[in-house]
Amino acid sequence: MTVTRRGFIGGALGAAAAAATADAGTVKHFEGYPGRYGLLHDTTLCVGCRSCEAACKEVNGLPPVTEPLDDPTVFDSIRRSTDTSLTVVNRYVEGGDDHGAVYRKLQCMHCNEPCCATVCPCHAFEKTPEGPVLYHAELCMGCRYCVMACPYYALAYEYDNPLTPKVMRCTMCYDRIKEGKLPGCAEACPMGAITFGRREDLIRVARERIRKFPDRYIDHIFGEHEFGGTSWLVLSGVPFRELGLDEGLTTEPLPAIATSYLGVVPLVITIYPGLLLGMYAFSKRHEAVAAAEREEAVTKALAEADEATQQKLAAAADRAAKDKQRAIDAAVKKALADAEKGGES
Amino acid sequence: MSEVAMDATPPEAPGKGGIFTPFNIITTVILLGGAAILGLRFTHGLAATTNLSHTYPWGLWIGFDVMSGVALAAGGFVTSSAVYLFGMKEYKPIVRPALLTGFLGYFLVVLGLLADLGRPWRLPFPFIKSAGPTSPLFEVALCVALYLTVLFIESTPPVFEWLGLKWWRKLVGSMTIALTILGLILSTMHQSTLGAMYMVAPTRLHPLWYSSHIPVHFFVSAVAAGLAMVIVEGMISHRAFHHQVEISAERFESINFGLAKAAAVTLAVYLAIKCVGLAIEDEWHLLGTGWGAWFLVELLGFVLLPCLLFAVGYRERRLTLVRVAAVITVIGIMLNRFNITFVAYNWNRATTEIYVPSWMEIWVTVAFITFAVVAFRWIANRMPVMYEHPDWKGVH
Repeated sequence: MTVTRRGFIGGALGAAAAAATADAGTVKHFEGYPGRYGLLHDTTLCVGCRSCEAACKEVNGLPPVTEPLDDPTVFDSIRRSTDTSLTVVNRYVEGGDDHGAVYRKLQCMHCNEPCCATVCPCHAFEKTPEGPVLYHAELCMGCRYCVMACPYYALAYEYDNPLTPKVMRCTMCYDRIKEGKLPGCAEACPMGAITFGRREDLIRVARERIRKFPDRYIDHIFGEHEFGGTSWLVLSGVPFRELGLDEGLTTEPLPAIATSYLGVVPLVITIYPGLLLGMYAFSKRHEAVAAAEREEAVTKALAEADEATQQKLAAAADRAAKDKQRAIDAAVKKALADAEKGGES
Repeated sequence: MSEVAMDATPPEAPGKGGIFTPFNIITTVILLGGAAILGLRFTHGLAATTNLSHTYPWGLWIGFDVMSGVALAAGGFVTSSAVYLFGMKEYKPIVRPALLTGFLGYFLVVLGLLADLGRPWRLPFPFIKSAGPTSPLFEVALCVALYLTVLFIESTPPVFEWLGLKWWRKLVGSMTIALTILGLILSTMHQSTLGAMYMVAPTRLHPLWYSSHIPVHFFVSAVAAGLAMVIVEGMISHRAFHHQVEISAERFESINFGLAKAAAVTLAVYLAIKCVGLAIEDEWHLLGTGWGAWFLVELLGFVLLPCLLFAVGYRERRLTLVRVAAVITVIGIMLNRFNITFVAYNWNRATTEIYVPSWMEIWVTVAFITFAVVAFRWIANRMPVMYEHPDWKGVH
């Protein structure tokens, strides 16, 4: 799977992952599973009958459409897929005198490299070799990162389900495909605007149509390369931006952009301990050096003080001795003088 | 202002005033209301309580509780690294309150996540059942789980000192350096990866906020948020726990000025890398649009302005300016995370789809914050958080 090919980058694997991460950054290129299925939506053939909407709800066991199929007011606003309507048809260009209205069906595009699968922390999405992206509700914790990440706004969540909410999206009728049947919408389309087949065949069909009717089509197949390509392909006679499709942004798969930063994570784990212990050692050493310098200064100051005291003491002793000598001398002198006086008298 | 704090009558010591204090009554009402709303959420679903939609799957509970909560709780790793790893010992008195704030902040993140997840009891699934290691969220989940554990252990010394468990206290003390390094590693990783979560959406997030550097933006702004939050937390707790604070007003002020200097530098760096982001993706022309004006409000009003206020406050030794700057920074981080999560997200969708949080989402968020405040108060009133235990002075 394309996803697990990049699947070594998680922080959990730590330093051991560093070597494996290099693989995701090399020039290896995965073209996708050969012979996988897809669908081609030719918006120049779509008349906005919404038969696909009704069929989708039926085959998926969802409540039937609330707005009658012949109610034109549905098209007054742009709708999006919801948890009960996995596909909806919008009118993006109103009909005029010289051109007809343009409708586009929207649903999960079944990306070659799906964002939803990459960003799911529970690995609840699976890109099958047959083409459809499947969601495994039994693994989902309901973080809705997939709903947030989808560049086609195609995922919906069961917000009114309190205990067992699921992500809801088109499955390309995976079970029907396995049985050899057509997806519900492709079977129901009365205009032939939805073609099911192998993706490479659909690209050939689309190219052929553009070649045959260059005035009818923009010379571009949306989904062939956008964000790494999708299983659903769209043909249009008006610029894709008018159909709410971001055309010509990048052909790089979004998962590659989304996970590019994760390669840094093992570096943080491996570099930080050494770096930080080094800084800790620096600060400790700084402290030790400062302490040693302080101690030295104190010792020196004490020694100097000591010396001065010794000198002072010596001087004092000297002075005391001299004073004593003077006193003795004076006493002797006085005694001698007294004796002399006594002798005379 | 310390003068005000000094002059203000010290709040009543715990135990006085009985159970029916205004604080207790208000917090009880908020918490009971929050519990009732969460009850509604788990009986009638997210649709009954939130304004979340298929286009806006993430709202206030992710934008505030998770995205802002993690950034604002960054004070724990910032202060503990400064003191224990980089030897800035003069900040030791604020490490314990910052770590406790950090732990409670991350606890709040998990609470918010449990309210927001469709099936919260499956939170351990990525680790025990089905791992999705390609997801930035997987990395965030793993780091937050580990870091919450680290913060928990780092917050236990006051508990062990309180309970007189000397052997345990010594054991945790001997792990200080290892835990601090681990905390810094985990914080660097998940603070930045929270930003990396948005790299998947170059078309859905407005180009002024989207950047290939967004992980670095998130990390640097989280450091600024952590510093600002430590100042704000000190401003409140030094009034509320005035009778416990041992350090002198001068020492407390000088700690605040040190934090202000660090915050000024961090915000300047953040401003610079945001401009680098504009330059390398050549988005200057977008500043002339309506979104550009809103972007400038965030960048000039909530990054440049507090940066200057911090710098002037530090230079002129004006604590009031520092505190004003800190409050602006905290609001600015929330504004940035809101912009990225749901304001500038889906910027090119029809205005009819805009997400505005419901009153119940706001109430639950306020209840979670209240819970954290009550827990902080309960712990700080009993354990040596705001002061050093006499038996353990000067010990890690």
